[in-house]
Amino acid sequence: MTTLASEGAAAALPDASTGTEKPAIAIRHVTKRFGDSIAVDDIDLQLAQGEFFALLGPSGCGKTTTLRMVGGFELPSLGHIYLDGREVTMLPPYKRDVNTVFQSYALFPHLTVFDNVAFGLRRRKVPSAEIRDKVERHLEMVGLAGYGKRRPLQLSGGQQQRVALARSLVNEPKVLLLDEPMGALDAKIRKSMQLELKRIQREVGITFLYVTHDQNEAMSMADRLAVMNAGRTEDIGTPDRVYDRPATRFVAEFLGTCNVIAPESGADGLRLPDGTPLAVESAQVRLPAGARVGIRPEKFVVTRADISTTPTGTVNSVRGRVVTATYLGASTEYEVTAPWGGVLKAFAQNLADSSRARPGEEVVLTWDASHAFVLAPSPEPTPVAVEKAEEQAASEPAASSRASEVSR
Amino acid sequence: MTAVVQTAPLGRAPLDFKEGGFRRNLKRHSTPYLLGLVGMAWLLILFVIPLISGLAVSLMSGNPQDGYTFTWNWSVYSDIFVNSDVPYVTFLIRGLVYAASATIVTIIVGFPLAYFIAFRVSRRWKNALLLLVTLSFFVSFVIRTDMWAFVLSDQGPVLTVLRDLHLASKDFHILGTAGAVIGGLAYNDLAFMVLPIYVALERIDPRLIEASADLYGNKTNTFMRTILPLTRSGIFAGVLLVFIDCAGDPVNASLLGGTHTYVIGQAIQDAYLTNQQYNVAAALSTILMIVLGIILFAYARIVGTDNIEDLV
Repeated sequence: MTTLASEGAAAALPDASTGTEKPAIAIRHVTKRFGDSIAVDDIDLQLAQGEFFALLGPSGCGKTTTLRMVGGFELPSLGHIYLDGREVTMLPPYKRDVNTVFQSYALFPHLTVFDNVAFGLRRRKVPSAEIRDKVERHLEMVGLAGYGKRRPLQLSGGQQQRVALARSLVNEPKVLLLDEPMGALDAKIRKSMQLELKRIQREVGITFLYVTHDQNEAMSMADRLAVMNAGRTEDIGTPDRVYDRPATRFVAEFLGTCNVIAPESGADGLRLPDGTPLAVESAQVRLPAGARVGIRPEKFVVTRADISTTPTGTVNSVRGRVVTATYLGASTEYEVTAPWGGVLKAFAQNLADSSRARPGEEVVLTWDASHAFVLAPSPEPTPVAVEKAEEQAASEPAASSRASEVSR
Repeated sequence: MTAVVQTAPLGRAPLDFKEGGFRRNLKRHSTPYLLGLVGMAWLLILFVIPLISGLAVSLMSGNPQDGYTFTWNWSVYSDIFVNSDVPYVTFLIRGLVYAASATIVTIIVGFPLAYFIAFRVSRRWKNALLLLVTLSFFVSFVIRTDMWAFVLSDQGPVLTVLRDLHLASKDFHILGTAGAVIGGLAYNDLAFMVLPIYVALERIDPRLIEASADLYGNKTNTFMRTILPLTRSGIFAGVLLVFIDCAGDPVNASLLGGTHTYVIGQAIQDAYLTNQQYNVAAALSTILMIVLGIILFAYARIVGTDNIEDLV
């Protein structure tokens, strides 16, 4: 089994925290409360100039609220936001050099495509010859040359999305905010839009802050991503680093499938629940309390027990029985019961028919020490959040009605 | 489809199938007409027939004592415009000017009210406020106008207080002025303006307002370039309702106005009820209808709604 992503890519990208340029966006200890509920809990983020940054998380994790605070549609309860080193925390949206591509595109239905794209330039009193030139150029860039006279409602979803993109990019903002822009597109268009968006981003060189709940989308486009959960960022890094070495169990499971094992730490090192020695690269002998070890299913090498040469009890090996084997053409998905009762998932490429295992057969799973990772427990909420959460629990009906009002 | 064929009696199966298809087709195509039938019957019986009979009455000649007979008397129309001892044209123009003024007043008062209810009030209070807007309809139109006449009369509470505070002189009156009539019209029809504008505002996606702000539109810009154009259909509907209703209304002018505020609505009423000149009354209302039609047609062309469905 080969490693999916190379570790080296991480170093190739500029690290926002050590870069010499001012960060395009700096979010410093920002918290946002709606009534008693905390949407965003003490977030700290920096985006380098020209970076494609994805905020990834399940719905309700605070990613959209974070984006809306950068756009100026919500004001933070605490903390500061800087654009290009200039504080913008309390500025209204129209005074920020930031543009947004909204989830539902929010194109003006009463204006033509041309007028939609020209809206921002007109508000900034750009001469009309220049407006015409810029609008035409940007419509061409998104592949909609000649559509200027149409109305948004006469366009398909994908075309509307391109108009929304052109309408924002034409203003040449410092940062472009994208709020789940592909949410309304069907899977096929989405795939081609991802490639195109990445091309456009490279072409214009503008910093993108991209909010999505789709991990494939984030991983395929972003230079770096932050995984959010319950208002906090649980991990920030390059897609391959976050996938291969996720910081927490939540991150590991949100970015694809992950086998999570609760190891026993003995005097001589880590052991699997059945006593087999467990080697995890870059792990101390003693793990923090509540820590787990994670292994991605595709990192297992699956060998039928009858042809395996690995003796029982070898480091990083599990002998188990196949429960299900799902044949997927290029690969097979196994569910294997481990000796301690847990079920492990393994994805194996179908290299040779003879090596495939069938349900009921014994297999040996082995893996490289560098492919396993330690999962820290999810960070504790900040004291204020705990307090608030307790308060909310105490006054549940009142709090929930207020929360629903806010979310409207 | 196969199930239908199988369950039908064997001998008739093919024919039945065809016939069924035809019937189904007929049904599908006729459904909208069937649904529209009630409305069309309503319009025919209660609008088109009275319209034609009104036109017919206007072409009668005679007098209240001997009765009226149908004589194709077209001269009643020219008499109204040219050689009439009653200045009907003045009344018509006055009525239209009052209606237009009242329409403008309802826009000025109604738009901010609708805006407030649509955007600044929490969901819980919206219905209560909309109910308040329509609350005046719970009182009879004539009674509530007459109550206004009492409130605004020379011995009424408003003027008494103003005079006591020396804010109004002894010969300052409200009743009998054009202002009182326009105010009454606007007061009575305010809800007809507020409700369509409210509906139009409520339909605006809040993201559009955010998008405008995002694209460097300040508050004035956002209002002028986004909110106002998107409520155009609501304003248009409100203008239709208020202007038409006010143009022919006799009640406000007779209860709140005086001799100098006599309008076409009163002229029609008096010609019909007091003078029993049925032909003149019918001719006047026909003229009013045609003039209103022309004005509204011109208005619709100038405002130029793209889509007639946007009106509702």
